[in-house]
Amino acid sequence: MGEADQGRVAVEGLVKHFGSVKAVDGVSLAAESGEFLALLGPSGSGKSTILMCIAGFETPDAGRITISDRDVTSVLPQRRNLGMVFQRYTLFPHMSVLDNIAFPLKMRGVGRAEREAQAREALATVRLADYGARMPAQLSGGQQQRVALARAIVYRPPVLLMDEPLSALDKALREEMQLEIKHLQRELGVTVVFVTHDQTEALTMADRIAVLDHGRLCQVGTPRELYEAPRDPFVARFIGETNMIDGRAAADAAVGSRVGIRLVGDTVVEATAMAPLTRDAAVVIAVRPERLVVSADSGGPVSGRVREAIYAGVATTYVLELATGATLRMRSATGANALDLPADGAVSLSWAAEDARAFAAEGA
Amino acid sequence: MTAATSARHLSATTTAALLTPFLVLLAIAFLLPLGVLLYESLFVPAPTVQHYAKVFDDPVYVRVLWRTIRISAIVTVATLVLAYPLALVMTRSKGAVLALLVACVLLPLWTSVLVRTYAWTVILQRNGIVNQLLQELGWTSGPVRLLYTEGAVALAMAHVLLPFMVLPIWASLRNIPDDYTRAAAMLGASPVRTFIEIVWPLSRPGVASGCLMVFLLSMGFFVTPALIGGPQQMMMATLVSQQVRELLNWPFAGALVGCLLVVTLGLVLAFNRALGLDRFVGTR
Repeated sequence: MGEADQGRVAVEGLVKHFGSVKAVDGVSLAAESGEFLALLGPSGSGKSTILMCIAGFETPDAGRITISDRDVTSVLPQRRNLGMVFQRYTLFPHMSVLDNIAFPLKMRGVGRAEREAQAREALATVRLADYGARMPAQLSGGQQQRVALARAIVYRPPVLLMDEPLSALDKALREEMQLEIKHLQRELGVTVVFVTHDQTEALTMADRIAVLDHGRLCQVGTPRELYEAPRDPFVARFIGETNMIDGRAAADAAVGSRVGIRLVGDTVVEATAMAPLTRDAAVVIAVRPERLVVSADSGGPVSGRVREAIYAGVATTYVLELATGATLRMRSATGANALDLPADGAVSLSWAAEDARAFAAEGA
Repeated sequence: MTAATSARHLSATTTAALLTPFLVLLAIAFLLPLGVLLYESLFVPAPTVQHYAKVFDDPVYVRVLWRTIRISAIVTVATLVLAYPLALVMTRSKGAVLALLVACVLLPLWTSVLVRTYAWTVILQRNGIVNQLLQELGWTSGPVRLLYTEGAVALAMAHVLLPFMVLPIWASLRNIPDDYTRAAAMLGASPVRTFIEIVWPLSRPGVASGCLMVFLLSMGFFVTPALIGGPQQMMMATLVSQQVRELLNWPFAGALVGCLLVVTLGLVLAFNRALGLDRFVGTR
């Protein structure tokens, strides 16, 4: 086992059923040593089940789990040497903050003086140095999760699992803690597998994001890759905002090539094929709101009118209704070059072919 | 929880109105008779402590008091030992198994104490099932005296009082979220360590209230000791009843009740101190 693999977490061909429901359906993915990997998906996507399998609280029906290149598929949770922060507050209510943090050290046979010293140090890293003597019930939610974090890192596990640890906190505190956890992770060089349903959280914190849907892995990539090059309509819709436009392929096309797409009303637009397309196959085109190019005239191939303008400080979102009846959202940053479209005004739309991705329509 | 309770404050009038029926019943059915008994023990025929002196002068009465405490303690420990594993299994089971276990625990509460006690006399009598079995197996040559022994009284009382121990322990075990035991496992604790460090301390309020309830009920238990213990294994409640009904010695019965009350309160206070019901939140 190389030093570089210390802390690498990998699942291979993971399958888990709950009754007749396939919660995880053949997922393979890995978090490299020192990497922050987010498992992102809506509820029921299997993200938590994967984490529970890695933790050892669920036994997979098929597949293999390795931690630091050791096969742990049938190893008890307490023998996996993982750190974990749970969604709910799990500080032991009958122990002081310091005793809570010292608990994993006690389980590892560390002497009292030594474990108290280490616990104090961990408490200082989460900026709660003066709170050691308090009971968990005397702390706020955010403080409790910080202590839980200190408890999870005090014994230096190579891997830290987090199951939506910030979901119970309010927005401002959540954003503060996202950065704090991120910094701590970099500092410790620990591998983190972080489950969340909040795409902003995943984009903010993760080195790479694994997007899951219905127990399947849709795409793994850096936040930029997922946002700018979604390989799957679900990913395009789930990460950020996307306009979905129905059409039909005007010609056969290979993956990555430019293809004309015939919209309702026979207008042909350019897009990049994300799947092998055959002529006349039903497709959806995904275009980000900020990548739409709009001009205030009705001469272009795709025309419509402004139905609503929503000003939100940094950007204005225009809701556009096309002549075909479809609605699109278009976003324009506010500032010197800001678009100022009159409500109900006629507009024409275009986009660069590389900003429009054509996927085979689902169910087609 | 504190937020929820403080949000539903009752007005003083409503509180009084809601408490009145209970307070009236308490006054008429409990405080008044108790007061009369205690008054008689101190002021009949004239202001005196002679009745109390009699309790402690005669070794018979001290022996009964001591036996009452001893049997109550044995019953409390026995029910705890029986109830805790049962409650633990109940928290880990669900569906039909749980329903069956709950029914088994509650069944004794649905049948009268008298019926259950007579059942024990049938089982334990000279030619009862237990004696027959012992002889069948050749463990004893003739019938052994089982009825009218301290062991028999404790056994039957433990059976009768078991639900009062199981239910509070089960309730407190059920209130321990799975996440705690999972967190403990994740932090490297084996199931045994998890039990010692997490589950047992968190279930202590249930254990304490179960012990308290069983002990208090035992100290004043009447039917079972009277029928199974007989005159040889008399406990305080039986003694009091005998003084009142057979000897019509109300002042002395009052003195016995007074002694029982003081001893019980003293023991409960000591027990509370030892188990520390109040040290749960706050200090460490």
